[in-house]
Amino acid sequence: MRNELCNSLIEQASNPSMIFLTGDLGFMALEPLQEKLGERFLNAGVAEQNMMSVGAALAKDGWQPWCYSIAPFCFARPFEQIRNDICLHDLPVKLLSNGGGYGYGVMGPTHHAVEDYGVMLALPNMKVFVPCFNEDVAPTTLAASLWNHPSYVRLGRGELPVGEVAPKYEPWRQVTRGSGAVVVAVGPLGGVAWSTLRDLSDAERPDLWILSELPILDTLIPQEILSRLNAGARLVVIEEHVTHGSAGALLVYALTNLGVSVRGFKHLAAKSLSVGAYGSQQFLRARSGLSPEHIKSAVVSSGAGK
Amino acid sequence: MKSSLREDLKWCTEKLLAMHSQAKIGHLGGNLSCLPGLCAVAAQLRPDDRLILSKGHSAGALYVTLARHGFIEESELETFHKDDTRLPGHPPANLFPQIPFATGSLGHGLSLAAGFAYSQKLRQTENQIYCLTSDGEWQEGSTWEALIFAVHNRLTNLTILVDHNGLQGFGSTREVASMDPLWERIRGFDIETEVIDGHDVDLIASRIHERAPRLRILFLKTIKGKGVAEFEGRVKSHYLPITDAQFELAMNEAREKTLS
Repeated sequence: MRNELCNSLIEQASNPSMIFLTGDLGFMALEPLQEKLGERFLNAGVAEQNMMSVGAALAKDGWQPWCYSIAPFCFARPFEQIRNDICLHDLPVKLLSNGGGYGYGVMGPTHHAVEDYGVMLALPNMKVFVPCFNEDVAPTTLAASLWNHPSYVRLGRGELPVGEVAPKYEPWRQVTRGSGAVVVAVGPLGGVAWSTLRDLSDAERPDLWILSELPILDTLIPQEILSRLNAGARLVVIEEHVTHGSAGALLVYALTNLGVSVRGFKHLAAKSLSVGAYGSQQFLRARSGLSPEHIKSAVVSSGAGK
Repeated sequence: MKSSLREDLKWCTEKLLAMHSQAKIGHLGGNLSCLPGLCAVAAQLRPDDRLILSKGHSAGALYVTLARHGFIEESELETFHKDDTRLPGHPPANLFPQIPFATGSLGHGLSLAAGFAYSQKLRQTENQIYCLTSDGEWQEGSTWEALIFAVHNRLTNLTILVDHNGLQGFGSTREVASMDPLWERIRGFDIETEVIDGHDVDLIASRIHERAPRLRILFLKTIKGKGVAEFEGRVKSHYLPITDAQFELAMNEAREKTLS
């Protein structure tokens, strides 16, 4: 999604308050943005803690800072700067986090971020965006630019199913309908789930929803989901994130608050930062039970629940 | 200006001692050592200048200095460290325009100041940014990240003051991290450095006033706990509260200071 990010920010570059900071990343992707922004493109060096505090001060001074790095260096390394300097002061700094989940694959676990949005959502005023498709990046950055509080954008690799057209960006989008379970997939895994589940029989095919914004607000959960769960449908949540602080946990919490009884729940989540072996994102997903086969099996075995 | 600054310092010292005595809290040593530096900066702050107190544990010194210039009501100082106060032990968030950021976790302030300085540089203003750090704080890696950033971006609108009292929470800076004197460690950077008496408020003010073509760091040689005989130059001044007897002696010393 880096090229889409670059293009979408170039489209916003006419905003004179916009300023882009990178922790020395973006080679062969962000050069056009650098050229467009001139002195408003700041390579802050390999110094993420400083970058976040500088971003906070820029926001306090009326700028619209976007701070970019690889996911773990974006959320984990400078965590206290994000907490104290950005979130405590409710400043609209946009954190751009590339390669969330196992996105950096065989590069190794130091480059993975399977606990990022759970950590970010523990902070005050923080909103998380997890675009699913490459086509989501432009509307996501636009939404982040309009969010006058801290935000965290988890970028990955869009996996739009062959032959499909990306649906218009919304926080919740339904991409398949059927009589099977209710499935909620977070971010790019939504594309994988869509490819995997779209050809199931009507009896097995789920209502598949792609979720791209967190936290989960009770009032924004689509009524169709509530109706089907109340009618006894099983719930499956799929995400490349550990269960602590996960969208699945947040969703069940929200549903409980709403008085919705979830009669069957399967959570396909990242197992751990360390899965005992190294490999591609697909390999690591499979080790975590997030492969297409795992998804299909979990959804089919859940059944409609009626 | 000279007598006025000394009057500021005397007034602030008495208020600071009273606040800490009443609250029965520590951190007085580092408050006293940086107070002249804060008084000198505050006296020449213009409306759009910024002051970041990176050593947030010296919040009391910041509060009395701001009160001296009318940014905090004098009566509010009595709420220091009490329940429902706006004046906690480290600077608060989102309450006073003159305190743009809550500090207290060391190693944040210089980056915040550098961010302001970069902002003002982009806007091509004459506004000045000041950042007061401790010396022990330079053990935080993020402070060095900030220094590298500030030097590289030629933030000549940023003045760094270091309260170089040589003591930290559990020993001297020399014992803990072998960085004393700090100016020797920083010598390789493209920076204007100056080492001056950190208790001479007029001298500090005169040096702040002077503009430099490069980033400036003023090392203020200070004595931790200055003005409280039993605290001066001692580690215990970092954490121990002042006793009533020590308070009376310190107040007498402060009152007796001539204002010439």
